[in-house]
Amino acid sequence: MKRSRLVSLALILGMLAVWEGYCRVFRIPDFILPTPSEILLTTVTRTGLLAPHAAVTALEIVLGIVLSLLVAIPLAVMMFSHPSVEEALSPFLVASQSIPVFALAPLLVIWLGYGIASKVLMAAIIIFFPITVSLLEGFKNCGAEYVVLFRLMGAGFWTRLRLLYWPWALPYFFAGLKVGVTVATIGAVIGEWVGSQQGLGYLMIQSNARLRVDMVFAAILWLSLMGLGMWKLVNILERKVIRWK
Amino acid sequence: MIASRSADVFAALQTGRIPCRHWREVIALLAVSELSKKFPGLEVLSGFSLTVPRNGFTALVGPSGCGKSTFFDLLTGVVPKDGGRIQWLGEALDHLGGVAAYMQQKDLLLPWLPLLDNALLPVRVGRGGKRQGAGAEKALALFRRLGLEGFEDYIPGKVSGGMRQRCALVRTLMFERELVLLDEPLSALDAITRRSLHAVLLLLQSEFKKTLLMITHDVEEALLLADEIVVLTQAPMRIRERFRLSSIKPRKITDPDLMRMKEHILEELQEESSL
Repeated sequence: MKRSRLVSLALILGMLAVWEGYCRVFRIPDFILPTPSEILLTTVTRTGLLAPHAAVTALEIVLGIVLSLLVAIPLAVMMFSHPSVEEALSPFLVASQSIPVFALAPLLVIWLGYGIASKVLMAAIIIFFPITVSLLEGFKNCGAEYVVLFRLMGAGFWTRLRLLYWPWALPYFFAGLKVGVTVATIGAVIGEWVGSQQGLGYLMIQSNARLRVDMVFAAILWLSLMGLGMWKLVNILERKVIRWK
Repeated sequence: MIASRSADVFAALQTGRIPCRHWREVIALLAVSELSKKFPGLEVLSGFSLTVPRNGFTALVGPSGCGKSTFFDLLTGVVPKDGGRIQWLGEALDHLGGVAAYMQQKDLLLPWLPLLDNALLPVRVGRGGKRQGAGAEKALALFRRLGLEGFEDYIPGKVSGGMRQRCALVRTLMFERELVLLDEPLSALDAITRRSLHAVLLLLQSEFKKTLLMITHDVEEALLLADEIVVLTQAPMRIRERFRLSSIKPRKITDPDLMRMKEHILEELQEESSL
């Protein structure tokens, strides 16, 4: 194992040990702060309860990513091919990002119901901005001399998009996607908090109300593992697609 | 004026072993007349005219910043011209975007495509982006001819600068265009690689019957390769002097005629630079 890995592992273990010791020495009750070992025990033994909820949240996130890609990619292409569209839309895009998602969540639940749709939309709203912006940035970053070369070859916009702009923008796209997948969980969980019947967010709210703090932590642990997993997945995909770097 | 200063050089060429053809006899592939371009605060070209004979190798040398690159930008249509005419085989064109191939200092290979795919790009673009077998035979033959055999599947990042530039040359040939514009194509390469690529450039003219128009900073390179050297003035760019070279290629720079000519051109360029 690499030295840096060892250091970060030691750091985590150290923190957990302090936490465990603090809870035991000062006899902190379970319903306020459970010990790490209790949380781990819950996480493992209650897999049967956690897994179905996690699956729902994961589905919401994945669908949210798909939806945001379906919007972000055509939008970035349109803004790139027509600068007037970019000028017209960018104030709205930026404004939409300054509205806290928390404020939108109750409305979306009213409009789209307690089902999965409102959560998917929440996740999509959060992700689509970094993806659109980074993809557009990638398109614009394409070397001017390459564009000239392609023009001399007689390539129209769509041919250039396919053979030049798109591959050129891929590293930017992946940078945006990586930011996207990690924050997507926030959207889905907030949606679940506001109103839902399943999902890790729902489980957290329910457990919190029953003072099952260990279960809240277990849900958080599952969530962060899911986020980590998706981050890894995108990284693997990136390395498969971008072989030239 | 200037002509008198070069008279002795010309005399040397004409009385020498090699007879000098008269340039008017050669058919003009490209005729540029009265071309002008103004940028805010700078007149780059005003009434610039140049003819490029078919299958000839013309080299443009000039002080840096004289407007050579702008001239190429006008020719390729990257920058619109303010006035003047560009004639291709007697027919007026806005720019040469559809008829000329272009090669510059940067190889401009797409880093994600293997060398062969890079070379085939003009064919692929011509087919609306579809990857097809067409042209592959020709490209492979050119790869063999230019010493790239066995490297077809390498991506540009894995091969040397010289090989990348050779690949860019193959791509230029795959354009199937008669005129090739060269904008300091070899200036990023080391001396030895440059030397081996000189031979390749000459091949473009002799074997592939291309017409070459080259911008270069390297007077020696111009003397070794060109049939005609056009010395340019500081902006607004005009032709200061043009030289016909008709000695047989490949040439050696140690040729006394060439050495005298080199000295003369360098002097002229120095004069222009200090203006």
